[in-house]
Amino acid sequence: MAVDTHALNAGIPSGPLAEKWDRHRFEMKLVNPANKRKFDVIVVGSGLAGASAAATLAELGYNVDCFCYQDSARRAHSIAAQGGINAAKNYQNDGDSIYRLFYDTVKGGDFRAREANVYRLAQISTQIIDQCVAQGVPFARDYGGLLDNRSFGGAQVSRTFYARGQTGQQLLLGACQALARQVGAGKVKMHERTEMLDVVLVDGRAAGIVTRDMVSGEIRSWSANAVILATGGYGNAFFLSTNAKGCNVTAAFRAWKKGALFANPCFTQIHPTCIPVSGDYQSKLTLMSESLRNDGRIWVPKQPGETRAPGQIPEAERDYYLERRYPSFGNLSPRDIASRAAKEVCDEGRGVGPTGLGVYLDFADAIQRLGRNVIEQRYGNLFQMYERITGEDPYAVPMRIFPAVHYTMGGTWVDYNLMSTIPGLFVLGEANFSDHGANRLGASALMQGLADGYFIIPYTLGNYFASQAPPRVGTDHAEFRGAETAVRERIQKLLSVNGSRSVDTFHRELGLALWTGCGMARNATGLKQALDRIPALRQEFWEDVNVVGGGEELNVTLEKAGRVADFLEFAEVMCLDALTRGESCGGHFREEHQTEDHEAKRDDENFCHVSAWEYTDIDTAPKLHKEPLVFEHAKPSQRSYK
Amino acid sequence: MKLTLRIWRQKSPNDQGRLVSHQLDDVSEHMSFLEMLDVLNEKLLAEGQEPIAFDHDCREGICGTCSMVINGVPHGPERATTTCQLHMRKFRDGQTITVEPFRAKAFPVIRDLVVDRGSFDRVIQAGGFISANTGGAPDANAIPIAKGEADVAMDAAACIGCGACVAACPNASAMLFVAAKVVHLTHLPQGQPERAARVREMVRTMDAEGFGYCSNHFECEAVCPKEISGRFISELNREFRELFWRGKS
Ligand SMILES: Cc1cc2nc3c(=O)[nH]c(=O)nc-3n(C[C@H](O)[C@H](O)[C@H](O)COP(=O)(O)OP(=O)(O)OC[C@H]3O[C@@H](n4cnc5c(N)ncnc54)[C@H](O)[C@@H]3O)c2cc1C
Ligand code: FES
Repeated sequence: MAVDTHALNAGIPSGPLAEKWDRHRFEMKLVNPANKRKFDVIVVGSGLAGASAAATLAELGYNVDCFCYQDSARRAHSIAAQGGINAAKNYQNDGDSIYRLFYDTVKGGDFRAREANVYRLAQISTQIIDQCVAQGVPFARDYGGLLDNRSFGGAQVSRTFYARGQTGQQLLLGACQALARQVGAGKVKMHERTEMLDVVLVDGRAAGIVTRDMVSGEIRSWSANAVILATGGYGNAFFLSTNAKGCNVTAAFRAWKKGALFANPCFTQIHPTCIPVSGDYQSKLTLMSESLRNDGRIWVPKQPGETRAPGQIPEAERDYYLERRYPSFGNLSPRDIASRAAKEVCDEGRGVGPTGLGVYLDFADAIQRLGRNVIEQRYGNLFQMYERITGEDPYAVPMRIFPAVHYTMGGTWVDYNLMSTIPGLFVLGEANFSDHGANRLGASALMQGLADGYFIIPYTLGNYFASQAPPRVGTDHAEFRGAETAVRERIQKLLSVNGSRSVDTFHRELGLALWTGCGMARNATGLKQALDRIPALRQEFWEDVNVVGGGEELNVTLEKAGRVADFLEFAEVMCLDALTRGESCGGHFREEHQTEDHEAKRDDENFCHVSAWEYTDIDTAPKLHKEPLVFEHAKPSQRSYK
Repeated sequence: MKLTLRIWRQKSPNDQGRLVSHQLDDVSEHMSFLEMLDVLNEKLLAEGQEPIAFDHDCREGICGTCSMVINGVPHGPERATTTCQLHMRKFRDGQTITVEPFRAKAFPVIRDLVVDRGSFDRVIQAGGFISANTGGAPDANAIPIAKGEADVAMDAAACIGCGACVAACPNASAMLFVAAKVVHLTHLPQGQPERAARVREMVRTMDAEGFGYCSNHFECEAVCPKEISGRFISELNREFRELFWRGKS
């Protein structure tokens, strides 16, 4: 494997941490208001990051084309976020500050994120809430009419703003309504049911994209002065995840193949409280809000192979393993730690439920202490959802939960301006790698997506236009024609395999290989096995997949096949990254690197860097570039939640 | 369980379309309705047939993408539940289930169970927003909002825009959808400046898109997976009447 020792330049502004962003905003060049309408921007994605960017850029005067694969912008995956959004408002007067949010995020990310980016995120967080309220986002309020907050994901302060259990929905509707206003005003053209299948470079710059109209099948090019990807995360590489079914890596992966480096692909987050798999027909996993851990107690039987119903197991024969191992954080231990602990007890044969892959989340004590009413008030809708899915009444029997893939911290490498290594290609939201290091804190993804879209890209994109004057190339340019041809050929290839296996069977098998080799705990042997299996599976896919129907119609099988083909290549990069990172940090737990009491052991001497991978070609391993991380303010320490 | 499924197949917007029967023998009661359709689709693929096209994404009851009429009821038999959250334990062994797309003039069928709901988006684009450019907002706590008002706004804002209300209405009216957005924004101080224009433009676009009128059947409320209240329609009517009187004076 080739390693490039030239450090990547993140372009972090000089000066004191707290002044960097201000100073940078002053130093960046501006586009004259009258000239903004001369620039065209493509935004792929209409989630929090894409919708906020498209709306804001249009408000500034740029011409925007925005794309999404759903039938409406408002249905982007951001809609599903439940818990809330963080901001350092300190409305509760409980000691929060920009610096504390910054510090918590860097520490929570296990010291694998850039200080300057995270500080800027914490600074911007307060403006996001102001903006959302102005748009009419109905956040929860107290009886005095002021905004309410809660503490989330084990934070020591209450800095999370929320709209019942539908925060993502309300924030996205706010952003999509701002977007709708610009569509109505003719400043944004919205292209729904349109999938981006390639990015086009002319003279080394991003000049446009190639899309497929998912209704007519038309392949078409779009050109612009800059391209923004806000296409979300790649958790669906695992097949089973809490992501929406259509979430994919295609846009980011196409950009990778065109030269955009991909950072930390092995940093994935496994959420501890999801409803366990019920059978082999399972199509996705449902998240149960983390807030349940405030009152629920997590346990498994002490004896492996226990067959009694939970109510028959006496107190003395239960193991409240989080309370036992982490007495000070207990059931509220961070996500990565709680997930791994659940895996360990299940590996010991102490898991519960029909599959043995589950642990109890028990409200019996809370109901006794607070009364059923209080529990119903706090979690009524979640209990209902649980019952709807499992058919069990959680007031009477403990819930069963199990960890599931939830979020991807890795993503396209971007500099401080959110620009990838391809000039003119910017990447926002979950699709980039920038702010969460090796583990994301609860309620911070929404904050980051909106910071990127509302408050960062409007400045940094202007600077790109003003300082580089990128030309707009026509779609009749040979590069566009070539890219269109390649896209058509690939579709034709998928349609002509005519094999015997469905796309889903390949996707499930890939997911299982990743979950086993590159899931909650990883080791060199397992990763090498996955690295053997994935290319073989990919070959089987191209020899034996069955894609029925044609290219020029709405063809769900074809859409899935294209995405799975990309996952089948991308998964290898994930495993390679996991194998190369010989340390444990955040969500990346390498079994070879743990302390005596089985906690993650970071190796700051050798791995205090971002791993950014460069595509070479399909038969040679990608090339590793390292961006060193420097911590001047938040000094790396061992995370301890004992 | 064993099921007989009668499912609407239509190759393209201009195709006539028809119900096609399928047998499924191994349905687990723990499957979601969409997982049952996944299983059927895998079976069809194995037989070399084209799978049934249906819209879905989050499968958590929040994105509003899934959209089918199950035994005559949009989203099927369970109250306050989207199709993706409906589970097979709500059906009986041996049952025949008929599945059709949401039907309305303003929701043309694209293929099988997939319809085009772009008309909803155009109604929002006409005025379902608050004009607040990024950057100029005052501090979020500058204007307190009474909890009761904020709660009503949230009740209305919970609409997922699935279109079940339209599919259930004998007139294919979009009043509940429009009312939900109008009530959401009208109950907030930030929504006041554009209050009149919003109602006017949204209602005008709703009519232009081919949605029918409301004759108080309240089928919409009965099928709404988010239990958006039919009372909001009266509130929309009131807003609209006020507009009319103001126009006269
Ligand atoms: C169940 C759940 C609960 C969550 N809860 C929280 C929470 O409480 N707090 C929090 O902070 N975070 C939460 N998260 C994480 C958070 O929701 C996401 O990280 C965030 O919403 C991602 O936003 P985004 O704009 O980057 O991408 P997305 O919302 O995923 O949007 C991606 C967009 O890109 C488009 N797209 C993708 N690929 C293509 C393509 N090839 N062509 C065209 N368009 C394409 C899609 O159509 C979509 O519009 C949660 C996540 C899940 C799964
Ligand atoms: S698929 Fe999202 S609501 Fe049903």
